[in-house]
Amino acid sequence: MTRWGMVIDLDRCTGCGACVVACRQENNVPVASEDDYYKGRNLDWIQLARHVDGEYPNTQVRQYPFLCMQCDDPPCIKVCPVGATYRDEEGIVGQIYYRCIGCRYCTSACPYSVKVFNWKKPTWPDGTDRRQNPDVSIRSVGIVEKCTFCHHRRQRAKEVARAEGRELNPSDYVPACAEICPAGAMVFGDLDDKGSDVHRLAEDPRALRMMEELGTKPKVIYLKRVAEAKK
Amino acid sequence: MNGPIATTAPAPIETEHERALFHHIRHTGRGFKILSVVLALIAAWGLTAWIWQLTHGLEVTGLFRPVYWGIYITNFVFFIGVSHAGTLISAILRLSKAEWRRSVTRMAEVITVLVLFFGAGNVIIDMGRPDRAFYVLLHPNFRSPLLWDVCAISLYLTASTIYLFLPLLPDIARLRGKIGGWRERVYRALSFGYDDTPAQRGKVEKAINILAVIVLPIAISVHTVVSWVFAMTIQPMWHSTIFGPYFVAGAIFSGIAAILTFMVVLRKVFKLENYLRPIHFDYLGRLLLVMTLLWFYFTFAEHITTWYGNEGHEMKVLSAKLSGPYSPFFWAMVATCFVIPMSILCRRSTRSIRGVLIASISVNIGMYLERYTIVVPTLVNPRVHLTQALYSPSWVEWSILAACISAFILLYMGFTKLFPIVSVWEVEEGMRHGPRETAERIKTFLPEEEEKKRTCTTETQREGSAETQRDMGEEKRAGAVAEAVAGAGADAEGGNK
Repeated sequence: MTRWGMVIDLDRCTGCGACVVACRQENNVPVASEDDYYKGRNLDWIQLARHVDGEYPNTQVRQYPFLCMQCDDPPCIKVCPVGATYRDEEGIVGQIYYRCIGCRYCTSACPYSVKVFNWKKPTWPDGTDRRQNPDVSIRSVGIVEKCTFCHHRRQRAKEVARAEGRELNPSDYVPACAEICPAGAMVFGDLDDKGSDVHRLAEDPRALRMMEELGTKPKVIYLKRVAEAKK
Repeated sequence: MNGPIATTAPAPIETEHERALFHHIRHTGRGFKILSVVLALIAAWGLTAWIWQLTHGLEVTGLFRPVYWGIYITNFVFFIGVSHAGTLISAILRLSKAEWRRSVTRMAEVITVLVLFFGAGNVIIDMGRPDRAFYVLLHPNFRSPLLWDVCAISLYLTASTIYLFLPLLPDIARLRGKIGGWRERVYRALSFGYDDTPAQRGKVEKAINILAVIVLPIAISVHTVVSWVFAMTIQPMWHSTIFGPYFVAGAIFSGIAAILTFMVVLRKVFKLENYLRPIHFDYLGRLLLVMTLLWFYFTFAEHITTWYGNEGHEMKVLSAKLSGPYSPFFWAMVATCFVIPMSILCRRSTRSIRGVLIASISVNIGMYLERYTIVVPTLVNPRVHLTQALYSPSWVEWSILAACISAFILLYMGFTKLFPIVSVWEVEEGMRHGPRETAERIKTFLPEEEEKKRTCTTETQREGSAETQRDMGEEKRAGAVAEAVAGAGADAEGGNK
């Protein structure tokens, strides 16, 4: 069974922010104004979260690329009264934009606070609406949206594979953030595929899952040097 | 103002209580009119604010990521809590056959039905897409506590509406032909052919009793499920096993406070001094005192376990409440929910009508603060800190809160223009049968043997064997009942006057 997951190597990540920009472009995420950004109204599906590791004076500031953890047991899908958020058979947690009623129960129940809400009608300044990705729908005001591991790309890859009469090749489908990462810090693939890089890295001694103790079984796995993690 | 009464048909003979309790239906004072206009204006302003929000999106609120819930959800929990005033208290009083309930039940039940609309309504106001609210019926996900809420609240609204309506029927039958005008048509439509014959009355009374039993578990379930909206998540200080009973206790607490506030106001405005007497306020004040202590117990238990456990994420929320940015709200809540009502209600001398009014208003404010300090601090202190900001509600949110309260009071005032706020038939029934029934009931509490010894003639008691004594007992008991009835009746009357 396929189980899509991502490994982010924090020891490789330079904090350049290319993943954030790629995500915005790929998924038609409107760019928040400065004012909205400081109000906490930005809609980024992935953002760089600054985190201080260690205790003073042995500290290190890191930028965590922070996105939906794509939990195997997501707290958000249980609480949705209309079933607008779901986990598909390949483990991707998605959102049905045309069903969401905007009650924001999922956003309040998510321990990672990674789901975002459309506070207002999206605006597309300077003709950016002409550069929208036709594969991703524009979300309306008043609904919740989230990282989908760019599952429209999986759809397209599957269609191409079917047209060519072959099985889906693991390298056919990569989300925009992992594709763009110049440092090669983001590795995407099938966690259940024993031969995949992502499977091997997920077993790495440096691997850590965010708030594993909550039992959400996240499929986004971070790698961090062990010595530092212990500190 | 002093409108012509029954100019078309000769006015039927009215009893003393009908005259007194229909008075506020017939006569509308100047203050009433001014207040209605003011309240209607506030409600209209709130409606404007909501339309503003509908056209601009929730951008116009003070909410942001990760504080996705604020005033609206606080309102929802608070109003649903206040709704426990009526149906629950009234059902408990009816089932325990508390005679003093008779003039209280109606005014309490109206609170339930009316305030529920604002409780449920605030969830819809809170939605990003209220136009899709009916999707909960099209695509229900029964794993969601919010859907449990939809089920519980709609059941509760239905049950408590019927529970308000049934005891209203005999009064509607009395109102027909006495008020006239457009209201006559309302009464005719609502009475459904009910003429208050003894057979019909018997059925209504039976239905009320059955419903009083049914409505109790429904009311408990409603606020339990409301608490589970929070407790079922794994967020710090929401994921608590005692939230169910804690919310129910808080709901009854704020409910009693709401009834008491309304009772004092109605007594003053509609001159119901003869129906709402100091004893009513004393009894409900004692009940409020019990709930004050219970509330304190729950609050203490809830916070001490968090503090002792000292788990990082939970402690962040707790310290935000105890000493952080939410400490003013938290300590104001402790003062208004515990210190003030406790110090007023624990002494007989301060448990006067004025004292009870101050205590109940204080509890209402405190319970709103409680709901606020449950909803908001957890969201402001999530496990992942992406933004460091505090939530402060916008003018839209304040306007809608003010409008909800105003519209609720306005609807309540509207109710008093249609129906008597004190149940006339129940008061009259109480005057007629109450003392005798109570006295008979009291008889059944008392030890029989003692009774016999006191009433039996000395001769038979001294000589008679156990058998003769039992035979004699029957006759004597009948006599003793009659005697006690007379005594208790006199007591009850003394108490009433």
